[in-house]
Formats: sequence, C-alpha cells, structure tokens
Amino acid sequence: MMHQFSAVVKVTIFVFVLFLIFPLSTWSKEALPVAEDPEVEKRMLALTVDLRCLVCQNESIADSRAEFSNDIRREIREQIKADKTDKEIVQFLVDRYGDFVLYNPPMKPTTILLWFGPVILFVIGVSSLIVFLRRRRLQIEDVTLSQEQLKEAEALLNENKKGKNV
Amino acid sequence: MTRYLMPLAFFIILAVFLLIGLTLNPRQVPSPLIDKPAPKFQLNQLHVPEEIMSSDDNLGKVWMLNVWASWCVACRDEHPLLVQLANSGIVPIYGLNYKDDRNTALQWLKRYGDPYAISIVDTDGKVGIDYGVYGVPETYVIDKKGIIRHKQIGPVTVDSLEKKILPLIKELQSQA
Repeated sequence: MMHQFSAVVKVTIFVFVLFLIFPLSTWSKEALPVAEDPEVEKRMLALTVDLRCLVCQNESIADSRAEFSNDIRREIREQIKADKTDKEIVQFLVDRYGDFVLYNPPMKPTTILLWFGPVILFVIGVSSLIVFLRRRRLQIEDVTLSQEQLKEAEALLNENKKGKNV
Repeated sequence: MTRYLMPLAFFIILAVFLLIGLTLNPRQVPSPLIDKPAPKFQLNQLHVPEEIMSSDDNLGKVWMLNVWASWCVACRDEHPLLVQLANSGIVPIYGLNYKDDRNTALQWLKRYGDPYAISIVDTDGKVGIDYGVYGVPETYVIDKKGIIRHKQIGPVTVDSLEKKILPLIKELQSQA
C-alpha cells in the first residue's frame, strides 16, 4: 500500500514538473483580438449563433474557428459599424449563401414539408394506432362457458395452487 | 397477408428515401446566385498589380470565373483540365486568386501552368463573400449579359465539363 502510494506521488510530481518546464500556454496561439467595441461584438454574436458555417456544417458561425466563419464575422462587424439593421445583414448573407446559412429556415413553398412533415407523420401514426386498436376490440368476442368447462377450469386452477405449495 | 406486406412496403419506402439521401452531397449547397447578375467587382490584377479589372469588362462574352488559391490542394487536381480548356480556346477563364499571397500565387502558376486570361486578386476575400464562395475551388459560368448560369462547387472534372459546362457554354455562346 505504502509502496503504491509513493508511486502515485512520484508520477504526480513528475507530471507537475513537466508542466513547469513546458507550460501549455507557450503552445497555444495568442487569442484573436476581440473587436474594440463590446456592443458590436454582442450584436455580432447574437446574430451568428443562428447562422450555419458552410464549411463545418454542424457548427454555427459564432462557434466555428474556420477561416470562412472568421471572414463572415468580420463582414458582420463591419456592417454593424455601418449601421445596418440585423435584418439587412441576414438578408445580405442569404442573398449570397442561400437559406442554408439559416439554422431557422423560413416558411415558404419549398420548406412546407420540412415545417409540417413531423406533424403529418404524427397524425398518420396516431390515426393508424386508433384504427388498429378499434379493429382489435371488434375481434374480441365474449364467450360463455358451459358448466363442464367452468369445472374443468376450476380444477386446473386448483391443481396449480397445489403444485405451488409443494 | 396485408399484415405482413404493410411493414415490408413501409420498409421499402424508407429504404428508398435513405438510399436517395446517400447519393446527395450535403457540401453542395445550391447557390441563390444562379440566374442572377454576377456581383460586380473592381480588383487589381495578379500579374500587373497596377492594373484594375472590372467585371463589366467581360460584358458581351461568355466567360468562366475560377476561384483558386495556391494553398488550395483540390485546385491542383482541376488545374490541368483548366489549362487544357484554356488552350482549346473555347472559353476564356478568369482567375479569382482568393486570400492568397501574391508571390506564392505567381510561383504556383509558373509551376502548374497559367490558364487564366487575367487573374485578379481578392486578398481579404470580400469579393469571395459576394460570390458566395465557401469552398475553393469554385467555378462560375457567366453569360454575355453578365448573368451567372452555373456554379461548380469543388474541382472541375472531365465529367462535369462534358456533361454540364461545355454544352451550357455552347448554348450561351449561340445566344445574342
């Protein structure tokens, strides 16, 4: 036990010393300069959270570090400084990259299936479930048992009870 | 019987949809710029930095705009094809040197050949944004009236040239 403990301590000290010799910070790049104006930065961020990075499609432009997203962020900062409204900026990007840049797709003829598809599937599912259950209920018939059959059933049940006791 | 056929039919429909999904490329985002006027630009030329080329200079002819960069690996794949196309004289190709270093770009052209009638320089990628560029190489076919007719995302291939680009260019050239 004692031996094990000292080994752990040794490794810990070794790793610690390693970090002292090679601090991680020397490897990481310097942080990119944030725009001078925090207000601009805030608006830019709010806008880019809902925009898709076309290079790394599952990331938003706010999250992505791709060159493409850097450029778009810079473009948006410039447009904010030029007093463009959020709507104008988003329209600017949609004009160039299409609706695909929007994580929240607009409702129009081509996206109707996208918007209502899940509801349609849900309705189909629920209605077929109801039909199925109704049909099954109709199939169940009440059967009246004769005296003999009742006795037989009772005998079987009793047998079962006895069997359990043994 | 229908009890067993229904799930089978459902499965087949689902499988067909999934199969179609497999053949689609999510990286190919249809450009909203097709059949719209090509964004205007005025950019310095790569070989003669003092000279400016304007997009209006090409009005009246069918031309191709190829977005390229020396750092772009896929550009090397399509490059021999572009050189061949330029030599054939069918259509002039203009190069948009996208976010590149001038000297490296010039060296790159020296090494791999220069298919471009003129190369123009888009250092900060501003014109790239106007054209909706997100993955170099990209190639646009622009008609005599300055309208974008086709956008090829990714490298030009023999297949895309023969099936789509060349027939389109021929058709556009025959238009007034």
